[in-house]
Amino acid sequence: MMRVAACALMAAMGVPVAPISAQAAPPPRSGYTDASPATRAMQDDDSVNPAFLWVQQGETLWSTARDGGTSCAGCHGAPASMQGVAARYPAFDAARGRPVTLAQRIELCRTEHQGEERLDQDSETLLSLTALLGLQSRGMPVSVQQDGPMQPFHDEGARLYATQFGQLNLSCHQCHDELAGQTLAGSLIPQGHANGYPLYRLEWQSLGSLYRRIRNCLTGVRATPFAPDAPELIAIEIYLAGRGRGLVVETPAVRP
Amino acid sequence: MVRVLINVPKKAHRGEVIEIKVLISHPMESGQRRNEMGQPIPRDIIHSFRCTYNNQVVLEAELFPAVAANPFLSFFAVAEDTGTIVFAFTDDHGTEQVERAAIVIE
Ligand code: HEC
Ligand code: HEC
Repeated sequence: MMRVAACALMAAMGVPVAPISAQAAPPPRSGYTDASPATRAMQDDDSVNPAFLWVQQGETLWSTARDGGTSCAGCHGAPASMQGVAARYPAFDAARGRPVTLAQRIELCRTEHQGEERLDQDSETLLSLTALLGLQSRGMPVSVQQDGPMQPFHDEGARLYATQFGQLNLSCHQCHDELAGQTLAGSLIPQGHANGYPLYRLEWQSLGSLYRRIRNCLTGVRATPFAPDAPELIAIEIYLAGRGRGLVVETPAVRP
Repeated sequence: MVRVLINVPKKAHRGEVIEIKVLISHPMESGQRRNEMGQPIPRDIIHSFRCTYNNQVVLEAELFPAVAANPFLSFFAVAEDTGTIVFAFTDDHGTEQVERAAIVIE
């Protein structure tokens, strides 16, 4: 209790808080493990998992060129050439001096190499392509760099993770570490790992991004969610990947 | 045209019981919900589904507004002859979509 109070106070004062996972944390536990047998069965069978409707769309987009332009396949070959890529995103982009997410990376190719319009993070096109590329890393350990040029972003993510938000004044840490395994309004609080995204959420009846999930958590505590492409979200995504070290990519997962 | 994922074994032995799985991307809007402006969102569902195997009906189903988005149907058939399994479904706009899967009997 003391420790929590101290962390909360430090967060309130804007003092960076050491990564909470340094506390004797249990090994990471995927949301898959906490899901019901029926939900797990959906994730286990690709012919039942509705996310594969998006993967199928991603395959079409991957190999389709617009008006004599070059398709993704035209430059990259088969989707299998992207094996392992999603597992290490967000990755540091030296030219831009900042990390880019997988969706942003795809956006860069779409806008710079294909002359396409910018899209919303949660557009069907980006969800489909990130699902297709995530699938190419399924079963591989999440391996997002946390040190070197990524260190400041990791640290910012750790600070945000421990910051209390909203009218309910709760931090990600309070729910996903201290209260994980307990229930909130009937649903189990998972450890909040990011290894299955984009994923099919039964409540959404759709595929959705990690940022949509985090938006839901923030509106849940009556906080104003971050803007869709806010640097805060990228920092949180990086930190979550490091915090979930040991988990494998499950994309496209299924959650309740 | 909506996206459809069909799972039918490519090959089977005569007399074998095969599982057929169909996943259809569709909002299945119930007609009971309202948008942010308080106006009702019109019903938009797939209301009928029919599967035939070499022109013989395997399954005919009526679907109702309580079915969740992206409906999934799974059922069984007996593999008899090499041929085509046809899936046809109709939505509230009256649009019929037809998909096919080939099966070879060894
Ligand atoms: C009030 C408690 C609460 C807070 C605070 C909270 N969450 Fe959550 N979070 C939940 C619950 C409950 C779920 C699971 C919902 C479900 O699946 O039904 C969840 C799910 C998640 C998931 C999905 C896990 C999976 O397996 O797919 C992630 C990721 C996540 N939260 C991240 C965060 C982050 C980052 C923050 C801080 C910005 C945060 N959450 C704040 C309660 C909370
Ligand atoms: C004209 C060629 C071209 C096209 C078309 C193209 N890309 Fe790329 N892509 C590249 C190059 C070159 C790189 C290396 C980074 C850079 O210089 O932008 C790259 C990098 C990537 C990466 C990062 C790979 C890694 O190892 O980090 C991803 C993911 C990617 N592309 C996805 C796509 C997708 C999805 C499409 C289609 C929507 C696409 N690309 C279309 C040329 C292309």
